[in-house]
Amino acid sequence: MQKIKLENINELLQSMAQIGKVYAPIEKAGQVNYYEWNKDAKLRLDVLNTVKSAKDVFFPQTEDLASFKTEGKEISIQAEKPLDEDFAVFGVRACDVKSFDILDKVFIEENTDEFYKARREHGVVISHACNEPEETCFCTTFGIDASAPKGDIETYTVGDTLYWLPVTDKGKEYSAKLGNILEEADESQVNKQKETIKAIMDKLPLKDVTTQAFGAGKTMEYFDRPEWKELSEACIGCGTCTYVCPTCQCYDIRDYDTGKSIERFRCWDSCMYSDFTMMAHGNPRKTQTERFRQRFMHKLVYFPDNNNGEFSCVGCGRCVAKCPISMNIVKVMKALGGK
Amino acid sequence: MCNCANGNIDKLIPQLAVITDIRTDTPDVKTFRVVGVDGKINFDHKPGQCAMLTLPGIGEAMFSITSSPTNTEYKEFSIKRCGTLTDALHSVEVGQQIGIRGPYGKPFPVDTEFKGKNLLFIGGGIGIAPLRSVINYARDNRDDYGKIDVLYGSRSKEDLVDYEEMTNEWVKSRDFDLHLTIDREQEGWDGHVGFVPNYLKELKFDTNRIAIICGPPIMIKFCLAALIEMGFDKTQVYTTLELKMKCGIGKCGRCNIGSKYVCKDGPVFRCDELDEIPNEY
Ligand SMILES: Cc1cc2nc3c(=O)[nH]c(=O)nc-3n(C[C@H](O)[C@H](O)[C@H](O)COP(=O)(O)OP(=O)(O)OC[C@H]3O[C@@H](n4cnc5c(N)ncnc54)[C@H](O)[C@@H]3O)c2cc1C
Ligand code: SF4
Ligand code: SF4
Ligand code: FES
Repeated sequence: MQKIKLENINELLQSMAQIGKVYAPIEKAGQVNYYEWNKDAKLRLDVLNTVKSAKDVFFPQTEDLASFKTEGKEISIQAEKPLDEDFAVFGVRACDVKSFDILDKVFIEENTDEFYKARREHGVVISHACNEPEETCFCTTFGIDASAPKGDIETYTVGDTLYWLPVTDKGKEYSAKLGNILEEADESQVNKQKETIKAIMDKLPLKDVTTQAFGAGKTMEYFDRPEWKELSEACIGCGTCTYVCPTCQCYDIRDYDTGKSIERFRCWDSCMYSDFTMMAHGNPRKTQTERFRQRFMHKLVYFPDNNNGEFSCVGCGRCVAKCPISMNIVKVMKALGGK
Repeated sequence: MCNCANGNIDKLIPQLAVITDIRTDTPDVKTFRVVGVDGKINFDHKPGQCAMLTLPGIGEAMFSITSSPTNTEYKEFSIKRCGTLTDALHSVEVGQQIGIRGPYGKPFPVDTEFKGKNLLFIGGGIGIAPLRSVINYARDNRDDYGKIDVLYGSRSKEDLVDYEEMTNEWVKSRDFDLHLTIDREQEGWDGHVGFVPNYLKELKFDTNRIAIICGPPIMIKFCLAALIEMGFDKTQVYTTLELKMKCGIGKCGRCNIGSKYVCKDGPVFRCDELDEIPNEY
């Protein structure tokens, strides 16, 4: 384990930026999201949940896939290249780190998405332990330990010091390139801190939320439950919950005419939107109730069905904090799961 | 610059192809012949599989490959005009280049469950598109299958897709019966009149066969009910589902229904498999 005084963190980031781009929680216009760091950036390592999750770094909100040129009846297609340079994402909380595993199952395991895979291969994940888990956090429900996040490199803030622990080969290689900006440290401070954090986790209001009632093979058990109607009644279909969610995967593919060429891009989309499944002969999900049900059934039943029982939620609490009508996955689990 | 130096070309990137022939089948259906720009087909496929076709700036949509895999010279798509991309496709001329990617989806089990069996194809309107691929595959491998019956219906005589091929070529096949029907009486039509599910009941097929249904959802529903009434087991009946699609590879989420993604786990389903997914199609 190594360490650096927080007052010198810009020097660390400076060295990291020399290895490759560094994405970190940075405040812009009063909101904290993952942006590329530069020396004028306002780093906010203290903020627990960024507005958009860290998935943006590997699965960006919009990205170009290909560019077309047309001339008369002829077309040329220029495919976008998958990323070919190393980068780091710094300050990722335990829940968001776990979300990368879930997205890997979607984008890498079958029919690999080359753009996503290239970013995953080139990206070093530097996590950061949560000192003060919030009221909306329920990562423990999914077996995630906020006091000891996974990642290529784990970091911890204790008092005025940042502790740094390379774990994977990728993390060790990355750290080796930093020279001697970090000094050696022992683990006692960090271990003490972990205990303190665990004590806080034990007192969180959502600590008893359980997924027990859900999981693989339960489609027919939950699909026609009458509760969906009431739960979804006030949902305005804004899609906020899907855009802030680290595990939501849905996307759209569209063309944009720049005047010089036609860019084919993909962008996040939401199953909460009415036109998501609209077809020539009608819409199989006619009301918001069906769209609402889709989001939660996918996370709690369909995804586990296809992924050995694993849920597509990491308990980050973003949807709990951000839904304008205060509806969320916790309320859904309680209403349907009877707890 | 070459894209292949680092990393593979992603599955979402279309290949280049050219339309070499356009046939007007009905007032709103045209059939397009497509080959790669090098004159060869862009990829192999199996009956029932689909491909994404692109016109840059207009969009991309999924279409059944209606030609049989035994046709290695070109691929065919029968496309009904009903929206932005299909309107645009209906206005292009021979020689137009397009983007194509695929093949997508689980095919009909032509080399396993269908082999050696009598086959009953039940189609409605543009739903004949995926069936035509299987029918021609079975005709080209005639010895591998038993008796073939095709029951096909549309609104009117003019709306019967592939009418020429059916009446000129299919009917000449060994052990092959074609049963056409149109919804309403029409001058110059002396064939059957009535909806497909009713005609199906009138034809009184025995259950010694596999049935394959493609068409509008409501037709599929009534035909399946009729077959069950006639004594068929759901494991003897196959159909295809159609949901909105964008990626074709089980990621964009659009075609997700229950734990299935119609683009990769379908579009072909055996009817007993439909009992495991919610009725959301
Ligand atoms: C597996 C599969 C196989 C298929 N095979 C074939 C085939 O062989 N042949 C064939 O012709 N088609 C086939 N389709 C259908 C095809 O993919 C297209 O969906 C269809 O042709 C319409 O495409 P479009 O882009 O022209 O229409 P779109 O522009 O998407 O419009 C379709 C209709 O929906 C309406 N619409 C679209 N968006 C909205 C909105 N936001 N709000 C309200 N209304 C809206 C439009 O007004 C129009 O009436 C298949 C689909 C699937 C999934
Ligand atoms: S569903 Fe809500 S709590 Fe779960 S991962 Fe998504 S945003 Fe976080
Ligand atoms: S559940 Fe809430 S955040 Fe999600 S779409 Fe409905 S209103 Fe918006
Ligand atoms: S079309 Fe994207 S998941 Fe099926």
